[in-house]
Amino acid sequence: MQAIHWHSVFFLLFSLLACVFALAVVFSSHIVRMAFYLVLSLGATAGLFFLAGADFVGSMQLLIYVGGTLVLLVFGVMLTAQGPFVSMKTRGGDWVLSALVGGALLAVLVQSAFKIPDWQNHAAVVADGESAAISPERMTSAQAPPTATRLGLGLLGARVDRLDRPETPLTATMAGYLLPFEIVSVHLLVVLIGAAYLARTKRRARPRGTGADV
Amino acid sequence: MAEYFNNSWGWAPWLAYSLAAVIQATLLINVVAGGALGFIWMERKIAGRIQDRLGPTRVGGKFGWLQTLADGLKLLTKEDLMPNGADGMLFRIAPYVSFCASFAAYAALPFAFDWVALPMNVGVFFIIAVLGLEVFGVILAGYASASKWSLFGAMREAAQVVSYEVPLGMCVVVPVVIAGTMDLVKIGQVQEGWFVNWFVLHDPFTFIIFWVYLTCAIASVNRAPFDLAEAESELVAGFHTEYSGLRWSFFFMAEYGSMFAVSGLAAILFFGGWNGPVPITHWLGLDTATNPFLFYLGNLLGMLNFIFKCVLGVTFMMWVRWTLPRLRIDQVMKTCLKYCTPIAAVMFLGAVLWTYCFPGGLWIHPSVPMGDVREEWLGNTARTAAEPAGQGGQAHFAHGASQNEPVPGVTLNAKGG
Repeated sequence: MQAIHWHSVFFLLFSLLACVFALAVVFSSHIVRMAFYLVLSLGATAGLFFLAGADFVGSMQLLIYVGGTLVLLVFGVMLTAQGPFVSMKTRGGDWVLSALVGGALLAVLVQSAFKIPDWQNHAAVVADGESAAISPERMTSAQAPPTATRLGLGLLGARVDRLDRPETPLTATMAGYLLPFEIVSVHLLVVLIGAAYLARTKRRARPRGTGADV
Repeated sequence: MAEYFNNSWGWAPWLAYSLAAVIQATLLINVVAGGALGFIWMERKIAGRIQDRLGPTRVGGKFGWLQTLADGLKLLTKEDLMPNGADGMLFRIAPYVSFCASFAAYAALPFAFDWVALPMNVGVFFIIAVLGLEVFGVILAGYASASKWSLFGAMREAAQVVSYEVPLGMCVVVPVVIAGTMDLVKIGQVQEGWFVNWFVLHDPFTFIIFWVYLTCAIASVNRAPFDLAEAESELVAGFHTEYSGLRWSFFFMAEYGSMFAVSGLAAILFFGGWNGPVPITHWLGLDTATNPFLFYLGNLLGMLNFIFKCVLGVTFMMWVRWTLPRLRIDQVMKTCLKYCTPIAAVMFLGAVLWTYCFPGGLWIHPSVPMGDVREEWLGNTARTAAEPAGQGGQAHFAHGASQNEPVPGVTLNAKGG
């Protein structure tokens, strides 16, 4: 019992769930069931994030992908469906095309995944049969890969490349790119409002006395 | 808890962790299930009193306090019906989806200082995200029932919940901005002391935004006057028209569970969580006690205080339910988009300006300076991120959060190895 590597066990469990339900999405033809499988698959992915200690990304996955997108999807299904239970028939050509696109993406991802040196070290250690000896120190002592942390903190207003002034942690010289970032997000809001304005019904209210509706 | 079993009793790590997980899950599920038992009885009594009748009086002797248990037994023995045209799998699974979403929120809800099943530095965010998933069970139920009433109910619910998440999110952001952290334990901690330290009294804007939060919370847990999804005068029973027996009761466990959860969130964000109106534990010296038993006692008092606040919140929701008439769907949307959202936005701006003008507030003197909470995290993260660029003196801990707070998974990994 001592040698069981619990982190790996849970990782395998969640990744298996994610993969199985992702396959279920592909092979199911019932559109709401597909949405449900997609929820489970994305939820398992969120579980993987939590397992990696990335609470924020995991919560984000739950809020945006599982919550938002799928509610939207269900909306779409319900508003467009003609019959009671919609089922999708996929033609042969579609299968070939989607397999081509999906396969290409998978190939790219697999290739880039196996290029990460950390993972190869890890695999080598596991192959040595001392998986129990992988301590956090050992996992992080490998050369730290370039992460987006510094860039992200810069966008949030903390320039980590200017930490040599420790006494003034958050003064004006340290303020990163928070303002441009906010301007971009306000732009998105403007686009959203513009889209809503363009898509609204452009029907004038009827003159009084002709219709009962208002 | 796992460390305690492991270190003090010398148990194997896997046993310690499994036992700790089982104990915490059992405690939490009892909060949900036991809470539902109590709240349903309370709801019947309150509804009775508000409508000038007595409510249940006989079952279990005085006050009919066993009424819910009797109801539960009745529900257990009911036939489990499913309509002919229904989608069997989705129909069966929908109540559990609702219940799981409601239950998962408790994992990140602290009941007292550091008494939380899953310590997270983004607890608020997690709870909001998970509570938003409850609607998925309702939509599935409405869709899979193959009934027009159910589908209408589900559509209304989906529209309502999706709209109300916007102002709800804005309301929740305000205490987060003031405290400078999304960690619920720390948000509770900075409100220590007298009740003037509560965020609801922090400035006029937070006072108003609390009421907006309350409105949105009631709407998002689908209670009257926002219970259009089950409007029985129009839709028979809405999304659960076709459900019976235990499956039906799962929807209600989920509803009462999330009522308690949003009340708990309100208690922590606006009412100091486990820090009472009067700092009793501080006077007794329990919060700084080095004796673990005394400290535990102080925490226990805090937990009772917190649960009392939650129950008060739930009672308030019941009061609202039996007092106000149900809104129409257009009124529901109007309340959200024309009132709640703009008010929340303006109050958010106001609260931010207030915090800018009076950093630390006017009369609030928390034992933990809020700026420290805020900048401590940012500074630590920034420094950790900057380490690889430096001479690499601490390259072992260079990336990841392992320096400041133990990552759950990694800790498990280290102990389990």
